Amino acid sequence: MTAVLPARPDRPVGGRLVDQFEYGLDAPICLTWELTYACNLACVHCLSSSGRRDPRELSTAEAEAVIDELQRMQVFYVNVGGGEPTVRPDFWHLLDYAIGHDVGVKFSTNGIKLDKARAAQLARTDYVDVQISLDGATAEVNDAVRGTGSFATATRALENLAEAGMKDFKVSVVVTRENAGQLDEFKALTDSYGAQLRITRFRPSGRGADVWDRLHPTQQQQRDLYAWLLANGESVLTGDSFFHLSALGEALPGLNLCGAGRVVCLIDPVGDVYACPFAIHEQFLAGNVRSPGGFQQVWQHSELFADLRNPQTGGACTKCAHFDACRGGCMAAKFFTGLPLDGPDPECVQGYGETALAGRDLQLATPRSHIDHSHTGPVRGQPTLLGIPSIPPAKICDESPLAGVELR
Amino acid sequence: MTTAVGFDLDLPWRKASSVALRPEPFGALVYHFGNRKLSFLKSTTLVAVVQALADHPSAAATLTACGVTEAQRPAYAKALADLARSQMIERRETP
Repeated sequence: MTAVLPARPDRPVGGRLVDQFEYGLDAPICLTWELTYACNLACVHCLSSSGRRDPRELSTAEAEAVIDELQRMQVFYVNVGGGEPTVRPDFWHLLDYAIGHDVGVKFSTNGIKLDKARAAQLARTDYVDVQISLDGATAEVNDAVRGTGSFATATRALENLAEAGMKDFKVSVVVTRENAGQLDEFKALTDSYGAQLRITRFRPSGRGADVWDRLHPTQQQQRDLYAWLLANGESVLTGDSFFHLSALGEALPGLNLCGAGRVVCLIDPVGDVYACPFAIHEQFLAGNVRSPGGFQQVWQHSELFADLRNPQTGGACTKCAHFDACRGGCMAAKFFTGLPLDGPDPECVQGYGETALAGRDLQLATPRSHIDHSHTGPVRGQPTLLGIPSIPPAKICDESPLAGVELR
Repeated sequence: MTTAVGFDLDLPWRKASSVALRPEPFGALVYHFGNRKLSFLKSTTLVAVVQALADHPSAAATLTACGVTEAQRPAYAKALADLARSQMIERRETP
């Protein structure tokens, strides 16, 4: 006997866009593409557990084929990240290739390769956006999570971009317990370079799961953040990532909806397609761009994405008065904290998340991704947030050839 | 007829040259390659109107040709005014 699957509801005609988006689109609105798992840094909260390159990463020709396909599907721009995308030797070629094929590029970088020459090149290029990652408005706060010297690297890149006359570049901040009190400082720092501030939500994805309890903003910080966003909303970008805060009252500008598999997705460095950049886990793996039919086949026909393209009708949240505002929050945040996907977000501003977290069965381990490209050896400037002492040089001259030498 | 926001339905219009339409089940995505603005057309009739603007002597004539009723006109005029403001459609010089 054939099992009878529950019928998927039909898309309504007309109505609000947000309701339409719940049923998915023919192509993503914006897609995140991580070009490599390689990274010069070892940030404690890396959403993709990056560090080492994966030998199976897409070749230049395969990456070009993906761009060709995105052009055919009219995906008008991609968010490129990693890892650190600019350490791929063909990064600048792929950037030009994408732009030449009507696929605009916004890329996130820690700034390591953005010297004066590259900054000038970017300033000359239309249709490219640069986001420099910075997770503290001061070196002290930033370097504790991103590593010693990373603040200096990022601000040097910002200086180079400003000096080259680059327009509309961004400073991209993940809001944590440590930097949530620095929002005005971030704004001032960003303004000083003529850049635009972009702040996004910290999720317990990748290595972020290891430090989430310690770094995610407190309830009071979330309320302050909400007030700050309402006051500064128009001039600050958020990637619509704080929609869980909308349950505090007035909806924030932008799309208040989980777009996973509906309007966004992730292509990872080996071509795997996940529902969202914060969901690198086999449960959210929809397919691979190398399989027959490529990315389009995965986006339009994967079972996983078809399942995600339905409005949520059950679960505790649908009975909450604020459900229409927050839509239950972030799927990845729930998943990686071991909460049910149809229940409250762990940071639910009505307090239901804390109750749910307290009620977890501690015998059950929270789900972990088996995809981990973290550096296995020591990394220069490794962040010391967790109290790991920095590694002293093995020989005194590893530090400086003149260290300890009495010159007189 | 001029709407409150200054959009003149009696003038000739067209989809801006740097704008692309991507059909979607509910209508279309509109993307401006110049200013990188993204917008949405929330009905297939509106998609037809935007695509047909260049073939008619005025926006009003386009609405008629696309079967937009009198009752629907104010809503469509507002949608076109919004698109004009975000530079998704532009004035055509010759009718």
